[in-house]
Amino acid sequence: MKKIVRIGAGSAWWGDRIEPARWNAERGDLDYLCFETMAEATVSAAQVRKRRDPSFPGYDTYLDDRMQAVLPGCIKRGTRIVTNQGWINPDAAAERIVHWLKKLGAKGIKVAAINGSLITDRVLQLTDKILENGKPTSSLADSLVSAEVYLGAEPIVAALKQGAQIVVSGRVADPSLFMAPMMVEFGWDALDHARLGAGNGLGHLMECGAQVTGGYFPDPGFKDVPEPWNLAFPIVEVEEDGSAVLTKVSGCGGAVNLMTVKEQMLYEVHDPANYITPDVVVDFTTSKLEQVGPDRVRITNISGKPRTPTLKVSIGCTEGFIGEDMFFYAGPGALRRAQLAKTILEERFKVVKLDAEEVRVDFLGLNAIHGAMTPKDAPEPYEIAVRVAARTKTREEAIKVGREVDGMAVSGVGMTGKRVPHQDRTREIIGVWSSLVPREKIVPSINFFES
Amino acid sequence: MKVLLQHLAHCRSGDKGNTSNISVIAYAPEFYPYLKEQLTADRFKSHYTGVVTGKVTRHDVDGLQALNFVAEGALGGGVSRSLCLDNYGKSLSAGVLSFELEIPEALRPQLRGMKEP
Repeated sequence: MKKIVRIGAGSAWWGDRIEPARWNAERGDLDYLCFETMAEATVSAAQVRKRRDPSFPGYDTYLDDRMQAVLPGCIKRGTRIVTNQGWINPDAAAERIVHWLKKLGAKGIKVAAINGSLITDRVLQLTDKILENGKPTSSLADSLVSAEVYLGAEPIVAALKQGAQIVVSGRVADPSLFMAPMMVEFGWDALDHARLGAGNGLGHLMECGAQVTGGYFPDPGFKDVPEPWNLAFPIVEVEEDGSAVLTKVSGCGGAVNLMTVKEQMLYEVHDPANYITPDVVVDFTTSKLEQVGPDRVRITNISGKPRTPTLKVSIGCTEGFIGEDMFFYAGPGALRRAQLAKTILEERFKVVKLDAEEVRVDFLGLNAIHGAMTPKDAPEPYEIAVRVAARTKTREEAIKVGREVDGMAVSGVGMTGKRVPHQDRTREIIGVWSSLVPREKIVPSINFFES
Repeated sequence: MKVLLQHLAHCRSGDKGNTSNISVIAYAPEFYPYLKEQLTADRFKSHYTGVVTGKVTRHDVDGLQALNFVAEGALGGGVSRSLCLDNYGKSLSAGVLSFELEIPEALRPQLRGMKEP
């Protein structure tokens, strides 16, 4: 019989839902359950938080919730876990997972922590140019918060081969988290770009969780899915040659079909023939998709090209602040009152000498989302929120936005709706830049813990 | 007949830095040639006037009957810097649903989401 490895998704980002992860752990009959929990700015935001709050342990703030939900099912089935919930402190995350294993009475389970993605202290020596604008990375020296390399699957493979039942890492490229188990189970070589192309392509389909099982998808009357409130996270059944069937647990809503798979295949991809990851360059243009059963799509022929000599570095920098607030109009004439409110705000920003790089006043309900491309003849809504935002160098300037919105309560337009009490209406901007580092300069390390 | 793109194709947008990629995927293989012929990178950029400020590149994926538009300068400086309420541009792909195409009348029965006359 052909060997098939079953890999399930446990999360697609930090704020993802927990329950579908539990379903996969309990009902997915999985060999591996993989979690992706980071966005571009996650590591930088964690560094900023750590600076302000030394008691912040530095790993996924939902680690406890996720592990409590899935560990019982995973232990029972013998499902191994791969996760990037370690953020800026994989060792502490591993220790915390050991804590939950002990609570469940699971003894002797090996947990590996993968370090080495954080290179904040040497990024300026290791990199030269910013990819987005060609400027030297040294120009970021004063505002640098954090820098991390996108590691590939290799350190995870090493940890699994050394007997880890659970692997927790810092920054690892999202598809690599899902491909590492395939490399272990099928013995794929790190330079076998044909198989790694397929494996990483499948990883890309899995990394966004429900986005391939009917999430970020339904459009009533055009693309309907059953019970969209009840979506499962995907499961991929992989074969030795890298072909696979993508599916989900039964007894839930959502859908796995050619449309959901195609949308996810191109999601966040630029050139579909050259999707660069740390492990391989994936070519999606050769792929073949076939609906082989209800909620089962067979994926074959995703191909790969040799990996690049460099790894991508993400560099987070402090870049100022955004001040933001909103207030409301409704009923006949809502739009004309909103327009007068906009004029009043713009004049008052001159009075208080607001020093901003950009100011934006939107009419939510009309043009806040699509901005300048909103059709000129768009119908006037019954209700409008006036939303104002400004990007500034300092927090003092950003605060002026909310202060002038306060003024709209008694010094503004007739029939203005306001909300109180006010939360903090400013936030710090962590700008993210990219650069490349020679692959051989990065040497990840693995620490083992045991329950 | 003139028809809005939403009856021919579905879309999804994704973000990377200040660049948005918007995929346009034909509901039926028969629709794909019309998308390919009429939804050029230039026309796509004009449709997003005022939102997409940089270059637009179109990648054709014939095997999936899909076009992938890579729109630079579409995210207000990037997710963390953007003053747009939808700073990831997750709803940006919906904009192209209103692009108008000319297709043969014979394709009418295959169109998606058309109200019965």
